[in-house]
Amino acid sequence: MSRIWRATVFVTGAAGIAVLFGLVCGTLPGPLAVRNRYAEAINSRVYAQRNVTDAVSAVNFDYRGFDTVGEEFILFVSVLGSISLLRMTSEKTDGLLRDAAEPSRDVPASDAIRLWILIMIAPKVLFGIYIVTHGQLTPGGGFQGGVILATAALMLYLGESFAVFRKVVSRPAVEIAEAVGAGGFLLLGMIAWFWGKPFLTNVLPLGKTHELTSGGTMPLISLATGLEVTAGFVLLLFAFLEETLTVRGEE
Amino acid sequence: MQGQIIFYAGFAVAVWLFLIGLYGIVSSRHLVHLCLSLTVVQASTYVLLAVVGYRPGLPAPIFVTMPATSSAVDPVIQALMLTDVVVEATVIALLLSITVRVHRRTASADPNEVDLMRG
Repeated sequence: MSRIWRATVFVTGAAGIAVLFGLVCGTLPGPLAVRNRYAEAINSRVYAQRNVTDAVSAVNFDYRGFDTVGEEFILFVSVLGSISLLRMTSEKTDGLLRDAAEPSRDVPASDAIRLWILIMIAPKVLFGIYIVTHGQLTPGGGFQGGVILATAALMLYLGESFAVFRKVVSRPAVEIAEAVGAGGFLLLGMIAWFWGKPFLTNVLPLGKTHELTSGGTMPLISLATGLEVTAGFVLLLFAFLEETLTVRGEE
Repeated sequence: MQGQIIFYAGFAVAVWLFLIGLYGIVSSRHLVHLCLSLTVVQASTYVLLAVVGYRPGLPAPIFVTMPATSSAVDPVIQALMLTDVVVEATVIALLLSITVRVHRRTASADPNEVDLMRG
């Protein structure tokens, strides 16, 4: 399909979408008229029913925990897919191609930057753990904290090099952590079966509100998710960095 | 009134992000650019979700300092968004690794030159 023809199709379609969307928006009842009873039900009950203060985490890890299992396995499978695809490239090197991204020359980072980045790693890890463990109390949880923890590993690469990154972060350990995170979520859901309750029912003692142990299975599932997300992102870093180094090594 | 403006502006921004991202995909000359255009399209879903869950003047559903019975914005939408953001990041990583494969195999990253169906 030629570019002009393609652009014509796009503009026609886009104009149609914009017009129809505008027409539909005009018929909306407006923000004040909308009442979402499900949201109101959760917001009014979560404090008394689950002893937690963050309704979002309660939805994520308890009320709609089953949906989160699905989300987590999308993450798991895409990480798995990325790793296997990149592994195929680093094994089959036909020497035909160069890195189109033009790898940056190995200019060492200045000492100030390296020092600052390395100093920042410890608070970052601490902050990530804080976000993961306080999901049931304040905004946060496994997903957000996991990403923060993974960026701590990325900073190791930015401040030092991939060699140091590989030395500090053990790949088998990260792989095990990812499996434990993904499997842990399912196992925590299965605990309910011992009480004859459906999958992912919150059966553990709910603890005292405003405390770290409140929420029953919620903090544990948040922890499993945090482990899974951290490990998943670090594995992606491993895969992409190794791929870049293989390409660079060939040149 | 301010709530009304935010509400309708949110929908407008969502459809604009969707269309501009789609334009990026259609006119793309590089697969990495195509993946990034897809993230723009995804950003439109975040804005749309935020507007759908929006209630004028109401706070986030965190009941640490406010009374447990006070009303707040929709927590389900927020839960959807935060998982969406993290999951989509890994999906983009998957697409980028497919890009690496395609580039390895065909020595090109231009979607117009690469016959993706032939592999």
